[in-house]
Amino acid sequence: MLDLTTSYLGLKLKNPIVASASPLSEKVETVQQMEEAGISAVVMYSLFEEQIIHESLELDNFLFSGTEISPEFNAFYPQSGKYTLKPDAYIDNLSRIKKAVKIPVIGSLNGVSAGGWIKYAKKIQDAGADAIELNIYYLPTNPELTAVQIEENHVALVRDVCKSVQIPVAVKISPYFTALPNLARRLVEAGARGLVLFNRFYQPDIDLETLDVIPNLVLSNSNELRLPLRWIGILHGLVKADFALTSGVHSGADALKAIMAGAKVAMVASALLQKGIPHATRIISEMETWMGEHEYASIQQMHGSLSLKNMQDASAFERVNYMKVLNSFRMLP
Amino acid sequence: MARRMVTIDGNEAAASVAHRTNEICAIYPITPSSNMGEFADDWSAVGKKNIWGTVPLVIEMQSEGGAAGAVHGALQTGALTTTFTASQGLLLMIPNMYKIAGELTSTAFHVSARTVATHALSIFGDHSDVMACRQTGWAMLASGSVQEAHDMALIAQAATLGSRIPFLHFFDGFRTSHQVEKIEELSDDDLRAMIDDELVRAHRTRALTPDKPIMRGTAQNPDVFFQARETINPFYTAVPGITQKAMDEFAKLTGRSYHLFDYIGAPDAERVVILMASGGETAEATVRYLVEKGEKVGVIRVRLYRPFAVEAFLSALPKTVRSLAVLDRTKEPGATGDPLYLDVTNALFEHGRQDIKVIGGRYGLSSKEFTPAMVKAVLDELKKALPKNHFVVGIDEDVTHTSLDFDPGFSVEHPETVRCLFFGLGSDGTVGANKNSIKIIGEETNNYAQGYFVYDSKKAGTLTTSHLRFGPKPLQAPYLIGANTANFVACHQFTFLERFNITKYAQPGAVFLLNSIFTPEEVWDELPQEVQQDIIEKKLRFYNINAYDVAEKTGMGSRVNTIMQTCFFAISGILPREEAIEQIKKAIKKTYGKRGEAVVQKNFAAVDQTLANLHEVKVPAKVTSKTTRRAAVPEAAPQFVKDVLGPMISFDGDTIPVSSFPVDGTFPTGTTKWEKRNIALEIPVWEPDLCIQCGKCVFVCPHAVIRHNVYDKKFLDQAPATFKHMESKFKEFPGMAYTVQVAPEDCTGCALCIEACPAKDKTNPARKAINMAPQPALRESEALNWNFYLSLPEVDRTAFNPGTIKNSQLLEPLFEFSGACSGCGETPYVKLLTQLFGDRAIIANATGCSSIYGGNLPTTPYTVNRDGRGPAWSNSLFEDNAEFGLGYRLTLDKQMEYAHGMLPAFATELGTDLVDALLKADQSTELGIRQQRERVAILKQKLAHSKTPQAQNLMAVADSMVRKSVWIVGGDGWAYDIGYGGLDHVISTGRDVNLLVLDTEVYSNTGGQASKATPRGAVARFAAQGKGLSKKDLGLMAIAYGYVYVARVAMGYSDQHTLKAFLEAESFPGPSIIIAYSHCISHGIDMSKGLDQQKKAVQSGLWPIYRYDPRLVDAGQNPLLLDSKEPSIPVEEYMYSETRFRMLTQSDEERAEALLKLSKEDSKARWSFYSQLAAMHYGQTENK
Repeated sequence: MLDLTTSYLGLKLKNPIVASASPLSEKVETVQQMEEAGISAVVMYSLFEEQIIHESLELDNFLFSGTEISPEFNAFYPQSGKYTLKPDAYIDNLSRIKKAVKIPVIGSLNGVSAGGWIKYAKKIQDAGADAIELNIYYLPTNPELTAVQIEENHVALVRDVCKSVQIPVAVKISPYFTALPNLARRLVEAGARGLVLFNRFYQPDIDLETLDVIPNLVLSNSNELRLPLRWIGILHGLVKADFALTSGVHSGADALKAIMAGAKVAMVASALLQKGIPHATRIISEMETWMGEHEYASIQQMHGSLSLKNMQDASAFERVNYMKVLNSFRMLP
Repeated sequence: MARRMVTIDGNEAAASVAHRTNEICAIYPITPSSNMGEFADDWSAVGKKNIWGTVPLVIEMQSEGGAAGAVHGALQTGALTTTFTASQGLLLMIPNMYKIAGELTSTAFHVSARTVATHALSIFGDHSDVMACRQTGWAMLASGSVQEAHDMALIAQAATLGSRIPFLHFFDGFRTSHQVEKIEELSDDDLRAMIDDELVRAHRTRALTPDKPIMRGTAQNPDVFFQARETINPFYTAVPGITQKAMDEFAKLTGRSYHLFDYIGAPDAERVVILMASGGETAEATVRYLVEKGEKVGVIRVRLYRPFAVEAFLSALPKTVRSLAVLDRTKEPGATGDPLYLDVTNALFEHGRQDIKVIGGRYGLSSKEFTPAMVKAVLDELKKALPKNHFVVGIDEDVTHTSLDFDPGFSVEHPETVRCLFFGLGSDGTVGANKNSIKIIGEETNNYAQGYFVYDSKKAGTLTTSHLRFGPKPLQAPYLIGANTANFVACHQFTFLERFNITKYAQPGAVFLLNSIFTPEEVWDELPQEVQQDIIEKKLRFYNINAYDVAEKTGMGSRVNTIMQTCFFAISGILPREEAIEQIKKAIKKTYGKRGEAVVQKNFAAVDQTLANLHEVKVPAKVTSKTTRRAAVPEAAPQFVKDVLGPMISFDGDTIPVSSFPVDGTFPTGTTKWEKRNIALEIPVWEPDLCIQCGKCVFVCPHAVIRHNVYDKKFLDQAPATFKHMESKFKEFPGMAYTVQVAPEDCTGCALCIEACPAKDKTNPARKAINMAPQPALRESEALNWNFYLSLPEVDRTAFNPGTIKNSQLLEPLFEFSGACSGCGETPYVKLLTQLFGDRAIIANATGCSSIYGGNLPTTPYTVNRDGRGPAWSNSLFEDNAEFGLGYRLTLDKQMEYAHGMLPAFATELGTDLVDALLKADQSTELGIRQQRERVAILKQKLAHSKTPQAQNLMAVADSMVRKSVWIVGGDGWAYDIGYGGLDHVISTGRDVNLLVLDTEVYSNTGGQASKATPRGAVARFAAQGKGLSKKDLGLMAIAYGYVYVARVAMGYSDQHTLKAFLEAESFPGPSIIIAYSHCISHGIDMSKGLDQQKKAVQSGLWPIYRYDPRLVDAGQNPLLLDSKEPSIPVEEYMYSETRFRMLTQSDEERAEALLKLSKEDSKARWSFYSQLAAMHYGQTENK
């Protein structure tokens, strides 16, 4: 009997395939389908700092707009109504989902600055979430802002969020740091139990007809596995945290690679969005087939087996590897 | 049980009782009563129950006539039913009111009494509406204050059940309906104690039911009708007793004692004034003051006006009375006196009291101020040996000299009463903050508190005035805070000081608080001289704050409300500072808490940062300023504008004498151009290097402030130095110069033009051919350029085809600078109408936004061209607009027929060629119309000296031979709802009229109530839970006739299509209707993106655009041209970019999802249906 179990953020999981934040977790029914398909835990879609603040300000703005301009009316909309803003709807939804499934549910908060919005971490906890994934992505456009300041802000934010809750917190970051291992260690010191590598985000595109810049999100493919694979491989053993690999997990093979590099779990989203929720079952079964064929008894056996600390030749993960690739290309006929 | 003290307005006070003591409310919006229906709808939407534990059913009807019918039916089937209305709305209920009374049916209607339109519409308060009901057989009960509106609502409900006579409970529109006061709220137990359930059951037993069938409403003949009509007499005789009994029970319950006629004054009074409603409060306060001074005066406040209880009236009169003055708040021209006066004189006469001298007078029409000074003037008049009878008070009536003089300085207010006046901008939140302030003062201190709010006539850049009073003694002061009486004056917008005399309201030693961008050191020198003078002379304590800066830094944007409110509390010291701040924060939490923490926090931040920025200014001893207050209108304005409209603009309209006014409501057009409001912070700036001369910016401008023109280059010799121009790219006008010019002082800064501009800078696409830039720096130079631009000749209308956007925009708009909202979605269509046809257009305008921005004084936007021609405009009513416009057509057709009939007889004098040409003129083009005008001019010239009656008759109607364009304009409330019956009939007549429906999908002007045009899923007033059913397809209903031209347009999707539809509709020789998507501030959108929203509406399939031209059938073609493409964006992409739809996802996500699903089906079904209709074969069949 193959043992696919793993633990992540102290949660016992039946297998390492976790659904990462995506629209699939917006509805109870789709989360139930993911559970049925074998997904071992689900990270909820993200609640954004901007959403928490912006939506509130926007509602206020539009409810105010057009008021006090005429003796004939005070305001255009019914005033006694109660509004469930998206953040509160998120909490309600999380609570509903938690009640509807047995697998762990991880709330997801996405933001960058310290402030009132982080009280939603506590709300997520109170709604029954088993853990929180804090997604930090900040695009620095201010030339006055230094890398040190940005990293300090990140660490402070993680500290604030971790302090505000008892449930474990994982931090999802981007790869764009000069000294990723150092930052990773500081985030863990600030309280992060897990690190999720890496987040993906909207990238701008240009519409040639309208001369407008249009941001959109492109779904991942297996090729994108390489970047998180490298960094988890490097950080496993250097930083005491549970790693989750996200971006580019589309097959059982991808997931196995993630585990071998040092991830406790492999997260899927694009694959399920493209191929449907049942694809999760295929990924798991591909893992089982490979493990059977290669006589692996458990996931534990392979966890971190091909990480940097276990490599005889560290260059496989380090810079020289890059040159080899170039050389190998040159050698092609 | 202790009752709650609440600070609410009269509408809420009345509706609170009505909602709790009824089962059904059938409603329809009309100012100033709409709020009562809105409260009822809101309360029912959140499940608030009546005293019997059930949630009242609230239904919006298509008109007040419809509401009255539904009420009548609901009453007849045994439900406790009510409605809320005013003015024209009440008039529409009259036929049902006769029936309801004739059938002895218990109900209480609540009316915020409002002026009935005569020479002009007025939304303000007087008794002309309720007095038009005094013959219906309804009991009439008057309230004079917010507390009374609350109390009398209950007394009316109790008395109607006891007497079976329906009650019309009324209070003064705006003055009481909108005045915020601290009152004691009646509990549900109070209501239960007053409403006898036995009587409720008796009401139910009289209901129609097939289980115990009866019939009511027979037709009766001369033999019996009369006798049967007299059966009701005992019921009327009983009403006063029953009402007094209810009042007595109420007094036992609450301690507030009312009588049918309440006498207040000296027991030995010799002079007494009689009146009802809020004027009674003023009179009571005045009488108390005068009695204290030893005067033998009194007042009778009429509570129950109908039935007029003569005995009760006579016994209320002190025996010592020598003379009476009866005051009416209505005018009945031609009567021997106004209604209350006639009732009083008759009561005295019938009881032999001719010893009492009686005079009658009129006051307070359309919310005209009624002050203690006027009451005193009336009482003083009674001292005279020969007092004026049929006088007026409050105005200068210098034609027939009926007015009484009064001393405006006379005051009866308690010395401890504090009066505060705030001048704010409509968009800065001042009114809302002041409502909170008055609540704080009312509910957190032992003070009595009162708030009243005044707005100007424009919806963009509105000036709001908040009048707040509070003090330890009851405030019987339902009138504005007058000159030299305010303890505290705040000006929340510096530019107001340049336009209005604000410091005149401050009493000596008062506080003057100013929001300005200046530092405490700079601000003094920036003030106009008049303001400096006032501050010095009155020794005002002057405080300055840069609230814009605080607002900006705390994320409040342009909303300085919280900041100024904090200043008010900090300076006035009503509460200790810390406590005041705590209370402000509590109010913020209460007001904004539902909107999310971020909103609360930014307001808190604003409060916290205010005090550090508030500074008392050291006032120098002398005037140093170099500037003076601007004149209301420029020197060049016509005399009438200067003498009459100017004072109105400066808020001095009250001082204009009767003799200055037109006698029949006729006003000159083209007056907005004299009112330079300078409300835009930023205005568009034209960049000729990028401009492609497409004219789109001109086309979409809601305020006609962007124009373009081609002209001979020789004119440039005279151009100001900064006047921009470029080579014309018009193929019709090669070698000429071209300019796009902005009117800097009239622009509202909406930026729709920027959205419409398609020309982008290739190296910096963010820069377009037109961009916004701060107005102040441009104001002077662009004003010069604008004046020069106006001096350029207009392009000859016959020299080009107006069928392209750029060409059409060479036509001069004859609708400019309206007071519509900044970025209005309606006005670009109206403007286009005037460009294409304005010089021969006659417009019938339904009441609503378009009649307000089109016809509300002081200045109006319809204007004339250089020949003096332009749209003639009138507003009849809300409900009859189509019929009214048809009347225009009938006249024009009849007069043309008459003229044509007479012409042949003048063949000798005029020449047969001219007669033939006049009769057979082709007027389908601009040239044809011009030639016909020239022919008519020749005719007039030739007949000028002819004295025969026939010639003079022909001359009188000769202009009718030039083709006129009849336009019937209104919103969706008119077209889909209240006026639909008429609209349907008018298009069915086949007459050549053009209907323009400005479809905002909601009653915009009365505050966003749902109409049948409201789309599924939208939240609106009276549709608090989101409209469940889909929008009525008005266009399709018109298409069904087959002979009506129908177009559905959205200029944001296709301006060219809109233009084409207007041209086709007007050229169609029968009825045409254009339904125009009009984005609106009520949609909850960024108004600068209105055109985008229009586009999305079409792309989503919810607003397919089309033209249905019956002429195509004759050509063997399908008359329906579906002009938009198949839906290309998801419905939610359109819907959820507007607050009206998005709100539902926040209040009821499940319902929102269900309605979204149905909306998607609507979109598909609509597209499928129209595309099939458009694909039908209309030609002759090939199979012969």
